[in-house]
Amino acid sequence: MGMTMTQKILAAHCGTDIVEAGQLIEADLDLVLGNDVTAPVAIKEMKKMNVNGVFDKDKIAIVLDHFTPNKDIKSAELCKCAKEFSIENDITNFFETGEVGIEHALLPEKGLVAAGDVVIGADSHTCTYGALGAFSTGVGSTDMAAGMATGKAWFKVPSALRFVLTGKPAKWVSGKDIILHIIGMIGVDGALYKSMEFTGDGISYLTMDDRFAMTNMAIEAGAKNGIFPVDKLAEEYMKEHNAGEYKIYEADYDAEYDETYEIHLDELKPTVAFPHLPENTKTIDQVGDIKIDQVVIGSCTNGRMEDLRIAAKIMEGRHVAKHVRTIVIPATQKIYLQAIEEGLVSIFIKAGAAVSTPTCGPCLGGHMGILAKGEKAVATTNRNFVGRMGDPESEIYLASPAVAAASAVTGKISCPCELED
Amino acid sequence: MKAIGNVFKFGDNVDTDVIIPARYLNAPDPSELAAHCMEDIDAHFVNKVKQGDIITAGKNFGCGSSREHAPIAIKAAGVSCVIAETFARIFYRNAINIGLPIIESKEAAQNIEAGDEVEIDFDSGMIYDKTKGTEYRGQAFPEFMQKIIKAEGLINYINNK
Repeated sequence: MGMTMTQKILAAHCGTDIVEAGQLIEADLDLVLGNDVTAPVAIKEMKKMNVNGVFDKDKIAIVLDHFTPNKDIKSAELCKCAKEFSIENDITNFFETGEVGIEHALLPEKGLVAAGDVVIGADSHTCTYGALGAFSTGVGSTDMAAGMATGKAWFKVPSALRFVLTGKPAKWVSGKDIILHIIGMIGVDGALYKSMEFTGDGISYLTMDDRFAMTNMAIEAGAKNGIFPVDKLAEEYMKEHNAGEYKIYEADYDAEYDETYEIHLDELKPTVAFPHLPENTKTIDQVGDIKIDQVVIGSCTNGRMEDLRIAAKIMEGRHVAKHVRTIVIPATQKIYLQAIEEGLVSIFIKAGAAVSTPTCGPCLGGHMGILAKGEKAVATTNRNFVGRMGDPESEIYLASPAVAAASAVTGKISCPCELED
Repeated sequence: MKAIGNVFKFGDNVDTDVIIPARYLNAPDPSELAAHCMEDIDAHFVNKVKQGDIITAGKNFGCGSSREHAPIAIKAAGVSCVIAETFARIFYRNAINIGLPIIESKEAAQNIEAGDEVEIDFDSGMIYDKTKGTEYRGQAFPEFMQKIIKAEGLINYINNK
């Protein structure tokens, strides 16, 4: 019996030729990630361990992105703790405000993750790097502590679901719509403990930013990881971002999957997830008349260059609806600068949107766009749980950047096609 | 090792944002986290829960964010065990890693009612509903995880190795 792409990467990282689903292994780690919320808890745990420092100062990334720029004194204390630890251990990849970006946009951009790597991060959206053909998964702070100290982590080898993507997506359908469609189909625990392996000729129509958005949200179906095969586009991305050496693994022809789903990309429509679970999806034509109070365009799911470009294209020469707060958050400083140079920031500001320095901020109800009781938001973020962006009685509708931008302009959840001449 | 307490019952897909909302993550002290445990779905939970009490829940308990603050908040609130139909995978790891006992049992999670007095024997994996006089077998942990649980968490387990 053959192995899935994920199983092959895991086998190579625990010094064996073959692993099978359900097997417990200890794997060598290529990168261990933490942020300002999770790293301080990990640092406290690591101090209880009988070790002298970290396993490799170049293989740890500490990214202060959640409550930053420091939103209050308590958050400043967390960042100070992470900074002091990084100085003490001479951590190469420590990112402070000014250099920081949202971790899952930043690490690929900095070339810190590559195909064939095994990465753990004390952040659930660490599964994003599967877009580059890496095995990456979210863990908690104690796992992060053990990973920083030993360079290893234990895993139960996952079985997999295969998603065969065929056809070319229609004009306003992005990676976000595809992954929302899939989560709507299999549910928020549809891939629990499993890999989601994407394959099929439809992949050739997906940009890297589409793919990052899709693997990013594998966790919203309960998955351990999401992963794409490494094609020419992914290789070009890694070369362009100086990712260094990478290794391409392919699933065996006789790999076993728990299920195979065919997704006809040409049949999909822009998709919106209603409160309070990402699985509560409706296509844009079924949404009805929902007035909104806020729009957020950003996050580790959709704060990348193409996300900003499509939002700007829709907002150019238009103005956001009166009484709709619109907040645009480029995911990294590089993206922010490029958005300025391309004139996108000017379009957003002229349209009446606020543009912020990179932060996770509103996505997790941290700061920079918190909802009051009863308020509704369209967000390009990844979770619409109760209270996620503010008051427990507020509502979040998850959507693509195109739908979010169109909604900002009309003041209600809208298809960008409504604004076409 | 045993746990005895009264049950607080929750539904499917209880996410880590409701177990401990992100607005409290800037103060990761266990007692401060415990003070806000579950507050967005049951504002009175922290006032009602007593040392040793037990949570039961449906599918996918602990889904969403990887925040270890979630099992820390539950443990520090005094909860002795969480019984669920299934757990989200990061929560499952985190609970074992910090020494919060958890057990998967679909039957127990579905049939035990709020307020029932329940006893759990972790060595045998048996769950006794003393109010109803019924019993259930929880799913056994692999041997490797039992060692982490016995060491009361991953850090001790690695230190002892």
